[in-house]
Amino acid sequence: MSKTAIKKTASLPELVVRPEFEVSDLEQAQTGEVAIKLSWVERIWNVDAVRKSVILLSLVVVWQAYTVGFDVEPLMLPSFSASFATLYNALFHGDLIFKIWFSIKVLIIGYSAGLFLAAVLILLATATRFGSDLIAMATAMFNPLPAIALLPLAMLWFGLGTASLVFVLIHSVLWAVALSTHSGFEGVSQTLRMIGRNYGLRGIEYVWKILVPAALPSILAGMKIGWAFAWRTLIGAELVFGASSGSGGLGWYIFESSQNIETDGVFAGLFMVILIGFLVENVVFRNVEVKTVIRWGMQR
Amino acid sequence: MTSAPSIEIRPEFEADEIGKAATGDVARKLSLWERITDMNSVRKLTILVIVLVIWEIYTRWAEVSELIMPRFSSTAEALLDGVFNEQLLIMVWNSLTVLVSGYFIGLLIATLLTTAATMTRFGSDILSTLTAMLNPLPAIALLPLALLWFGLGADAIIFTLLHSVIWPVALNAHVGFMSVSETQRMVGRNYGLRGLIYVAKLLIPAAFPQILMGLKIGWAYAWRTLIAAELVFGGSISDTSEGTSGGLGWFVFANQMDLRIAHVFAGLFTVILVGVLVENVIFNNIENRTVRRWGMQAR
Amino acid sequence: MDAKTDTVAGKKPATGTAKPILEVDGVTLQYKTKEHLITATYRVSFDVYPADRFVLLGPSGCGKSTLLKGIAGYMKPVEGDIRLKGREISEPGPDRVMVFQEFDQLLPWKTVKQNITFALRNGGKTSNAAEANEIAMEYIHKVKLTGFEDTFPHMLSGGMKQRVAIARGMAMEPDVLLMDEPFAALDALTRLQMQKELLQLWEDTHFTVLFVTHSIEEALIVGSRILVLSPHPGQVKAELNAHELNHDNVGSKVFARVQQRIHDMLFADRILEDEILGEELDK
Ligand SMILES: Nc1ncnc2c1ncn2[C@@H]1O[C@H](COP(=O)(O)OP(=O)(O)OP(=O)(O)O)[C@@H](O)[C@H]1O
Ligand SMILES: [Mg+2]
Repeated sequence: MSKTAIKKTASLPELVVRPEFEVSDLEQAQTGEVAIKLSWVERIWNVDAVRKSVILLSLVVVWQAYTVGFDVEPLMLPSFSASFATLYNALFHGDLIFKIWFSIKVLIIGYSAGLFLAAVLILLATATRFGSDLIAMATAMFNPLPAIALLPLAMLWFGLGTASLVFVLIHSVLWAVALSTHSGFEGVSQTLRMIGRNYGLRGIEYVWKILVPAALPSILAGMKIGWAFAWRTLIGAELVFGASSGSGGLGWYIFESSQNIETDGVFAGLFMVILIGFLVENVVFRNVEVKTVIRWGMQR
Repeated sequence: MTSAPSIEIRPEFEADEIGKAATGDVARKLSLWERITDMNSVRKLTILVIVLVIWEIYTRWAEVSELIMPRFSSTAEALLDGVFNEQLLIMVWNSLTVLVSGYFIGLLIATLLTTAATMTRFGSDILSTLTAMLNPLPAIALLPLALLWFGLGADAIIFTLLHSVIWPVALNAHVGFMSVSETQRMVGRNYGLRGLIYVAKLLIPAAFPQILMGLKIGWAYAWRTLIAAELVFGGSISDTSEGTSGGLGWFVFANQMDLRIAHVFAGLFTVILVGVLVENVIFNNIENRTVRRWGMQAR
Repeated sequence: MDAKTDTVAGKKPATGTAKPILEVDGVTLQYKTKEHLITATYRVSFDVYPADRFVLLGPSGCGKSTLLKGIAGYMKPVEGDIRLKGREISEPGPDRVMVFQEFDQLLPWKTVKQNITFALRNGGKTSNAAEANEIAMEYIHKVKLTGFEDTFPHMLSGGMKQRVAIARGMAMEPDVLLMDEPFAALDALTRLQMQKELLQLWEDTHFTVLFVTHSIEEALIVGSRILVLSPHPGQVKAELNAHELNHDNVGSKVFARVQQRIHDMLFADRILEDEILGEELDK
């Protein structure tokens, strides 16, 4: 160090040495109120469900006021009350409930068959590298192919019936689930894999007890996307040829209403589509997530 | 174990000199062949070729009717025929222009919605209520309404495309913003980021995995909706747009009506090709340049 | 400490009649990456006897974890062989339980207790649920986690997770317990407690443990026999006794002397390595 540097130190603040101390007893009582309760209005407003119901209700009110107040042509946009009345009638006096049941039945068959096939594919993929390559490629190719585009072929191969619907539903579920499960498996940490092998797990047992739970966030994401695709495909497919397949489903109800220019019927159908979609996504899947991956801290 | 064994005491030893030379190759390059077979693209290409060959041989050997399952060679021919004689490329172009306009307008609206939602709790409530309701509603179900409101034409399709893009994109972006960690937010504020700069430089990159996921899902829905719309109403829609030849979905549908199954296959091939290009080239590239490079892969 | 009888990196038979439980014979382990073949350990030999607290000591990257993976059966040696109780090791199994260096070794979808019972039941230790529960609770108590048995791993601190993994490993009562730097992530106090706990448990059952560590002091305290490895690729440099060293004589002269001796051994390598690196850079 040169002399100038030493000089500079003179202007630097000196260390202030103070006596030490130690608190022997913290006085609990004097810290005042640690938590105060909010007023009940604030508390009610803080409940998510309350705020959202209010929003939903105001949407309905705006819709109703607009259609009634401005005398909107019911063929273009029916009022909420008219749509709701149509829905009520169709459900309890018409056959909408059977149409819905028909759609759901087909959906469940297609979805479960798709899941089953996806599981088989994934097992093949985990067994050998060739299988893994083959499936990775098939998935990459078929996943971007909209299932509905296969409908013309399906009708040719399986005729105009439930079989065709199930075929396109399988296609819409299978690849989405296989894709995300496969990438989920690949993402399972090396340590967890070694742990599983350490306890002598192998084959199916290893897949079921280690890989599946470890990749569950991805698998669930795939199942959700698969469901969304299947739901979209089904409604689309029913729009195309629901009537020819006998009873017809929810999609067909919408199409029929629009053909007859019963716009309130279209809205009634859409209500049901929204309701079912909402129930599956926000009740069924959400519940599964809360009980598994969220509880295990693998997903927020 | 009945009685615990006691320690076995052994003499110590020390190696004097560890021959550096004796260890052989510490790290050796793999041989060319080993590296080639390790390459994903090579293995996958081989598999693709094998599958195509099996398809061709099987359809020839079992004499499968061309109406049920055309040969690979006839499909390839039909593809060429479509490209050179039946304006297949123009149809692809038609579909893509509609798709791109729908997608980007959708993104714009989603951005506005998300911005509003991120700023206030009320906005956030509105967005989550709307998405919870409308995200599960298949866009195609809105097509009858869209046709009623906008008439037969590209506008009706764009309307349904908007619906299919907006909700997944807004939903994912919003969730992404909400789950940016408190630490990262505080770091950003600490360095004096405010307002739009804060959103652009901190929130968006931090939420990017989730945003990208939304973009991908939005694309997937839009692509499916477009093909479905063209299949269902393609004929009527294309009739009105002056002299153009409809979209890719229409190509598939019309050929199926005429029982030209090889052409249907060719159309499906094109659909796959476009899908693979977008998902595996465009999105993968974005992913590689961003989230993967930053080591924050979306689940 | 002048037992420098052998200059070859071979092994010395024991004086007693006991047979080694684990024999590692001229083992070379390699990794194959996308472009390279990397030798992690080169012709390493050593014997572990029943009740040994056998420590692998060496600089970072010398292949200690790799050796454990070889013994656990996750990697096949490219030359040489590894035998447990005279039988060649061909695959992983519950007779060699591994406690990993990593924090993510607990199954996140199982609670603390379930993580242990899962191991016990799948590893063939017991098929009786009640018995598994009992054993699990006993070991949870031993690692001082009573009260956390129904907690999911993501709600534990890093050190607590490590303790669960240790409890799980010990509960399995394997032929050899393989521990890869199990205490590295713990705070000084917990680490000291865990070392004592491990030694106490050893006093109770005289289990065989193979232990990897960076810390010379920890090696001397915990270990009864220490294998010193050279830097990458790992080769045997020495095998030393430490059965007389423990927490009580940490400050003693003997302890310090052995500590210095190992330190010199490792430090010599460091200098040598720097020289080689320098030469390579010059080229
Ligand atoms: N999965 C792998 N692929 C390729 N090389 C690896 C892999 N794991 C380890 N290596 C290499 O093998 C050598 C030994 O690694 P290892 O993990 O066994 O070291 P270590 O002695 O346990 O080090 P540390 O004390 O830091 O844990 C290192 O040089 C490393 O580069
Ligand atoms: Mg290591």
